[in-house]
Amino acid sequence: MKEKYLKNVVTLEFYLDKCTGCGMCETVCPHSVFKIEKGKAHITERDLCMECGACAGNCPAKAIKVRAGVGCAGAIIVGALTGSEPTCGGSDDSKKSCCG
Amino acid sequence: MGNTNKKYIIGVIDTEAGKMPKVSTTLSVADKWGTFKVRWSFNRMDYRVTPGIYAVGNPNRDSLVFVSANYKLSFDVLRQSLKGMDAYIMVLDTHGINVWCAAGKGTFGTSEVVNRIGFVELKKLVNHRNIILPQLGAPGVSAHEVKRLSGFSVIYGPVRAVDIKSFINAGMKASKKMRQVRFSIYDRLLLVPMEIMSGLKYILWGAFITVLLSGFSKTGYSTNTAVIVGAHSAIILILAYLTGTVFGPLLLPWLPGRSFAFKGGILGFVLFAILYFTGFMGKDLIEVIAWGLLIPGINSFILMNFTGASTYTSLSGVRKEMRFAVPLQAISAFIGIVLYVVSRFR
Repeated sequence: MKEKYLKNVVTLEFYLDKCTGCGMCETVCPHSVFKIEKGKAHITERDLCMECGACAGNCPAKAIKVRAGVGCAGAIIVGALTGSEPTCGGSDDSKKSCCG
Repeated sequence: MGNTNKKYIIGVIDTEAGKMPKVSTTLSVADKWGTFKVRWSFNRMDYRVTPGIYAVGNPNRDSLVFVSANYKLSFDVLRQSLKGMDAYIMVLDTHGINVWCAAGKGTFGTSEVVNRIGFVELKKLVNHRNIILPQLGAPGVSAHEVKRLSGFSVIYGPVRAVDIKSFINAGMKASKKMRQVRFSIYDRLLLVPMEIMSGLKYILWGAFITVLLSGFSKTGYSTNTAVIVGAHSAIILILAYLTGTVFGPLLLPWLPGRSFAFKGGILGFVLFAILYFTGFMGKDLIEVIAWGLLIPGINSFILMNFTGASTYTSLSGVRKEMRFAVPLQAISAFIGIVLYVVSRFR
């Protein structure tokens, strides 16, 4: 079963004209959001995107934009309380982490 | 700093880049016990491997280089998956955090990869210019930047280390399945101990305070009431907590809705209905309403926080559901507590 999260929320943007079809996005995406067809990348199912940012960071043509971050309520709460961006494990080396 | 027990190092080999520890590809009883403890949140943040380079088997100048995080669980699954191979493991300093989380933070990232290649003198060690990274390291790494800054090409291996051999046998190609993260019932089951431990302290304090305060009534304070009524309420609180932390993860795909907070609310309501219809909750209308707000509220909060452990929620999505869920949770907790106190003083 492929789990689906909320519809129409992700910030993923793709610029077909910049795409060189190298396939890195297809390789790194953990939810197979991208697929190469006829030498160019295409978004298959946008709502499967979890905004991890792997595609954008590994796109040498800068054809992908996404506001990357962690989909973690705990991190968002800590971020809101400390006035920082939500990240895994809060501040560096913090003992309060939801990920080991 | 923890992890002084380094039984996984089974020797030292000489290389052109100096002496190098050689690691075992089987997990010892101590390794497995360590994994078990970590799953139950003991010493979790101190379960580190020293960053650097390690040998598996008898690697030479053409052997593959695998990159890992310095969280021992990440390191353990990798070395286990390399059984029978001659290879190198390059461990990054991710502050003891696993690959995916560290990649999200950027500590498993381009600059750490590039710096580590320099520290371990990888160019002296191997003739080729390739390194194999776990795919889940990709959020922190730009393959083309690593290439530009270090000369090494990044090959993204499969998501799961157990697929490494199939990946290599297929000519460094991963199938679509190997490229996808899963969140199977087994994956979720592994998270249950950590979920239980995560808020246990708070719920036990909450239960304890409930017992203490339950002694108050119109007629003054009674230890007897505190024990009988309070223990009853404390059990309901703990049941609510265990339902959220155990059944929440396990039943996740079958709970209705897409929002985790909503799924949790439904789960809490089911528990509430069970406790009501079995008569465990009693018949006091105000107290019943109080629990009808508190139990779904608690479960909604617990499952909302499970977004962090899940493998498919986005920051934008979690923000969106929190905008609705957090005020509702706060209101139901507040009214629930007020009604509960009122029911005690009638």
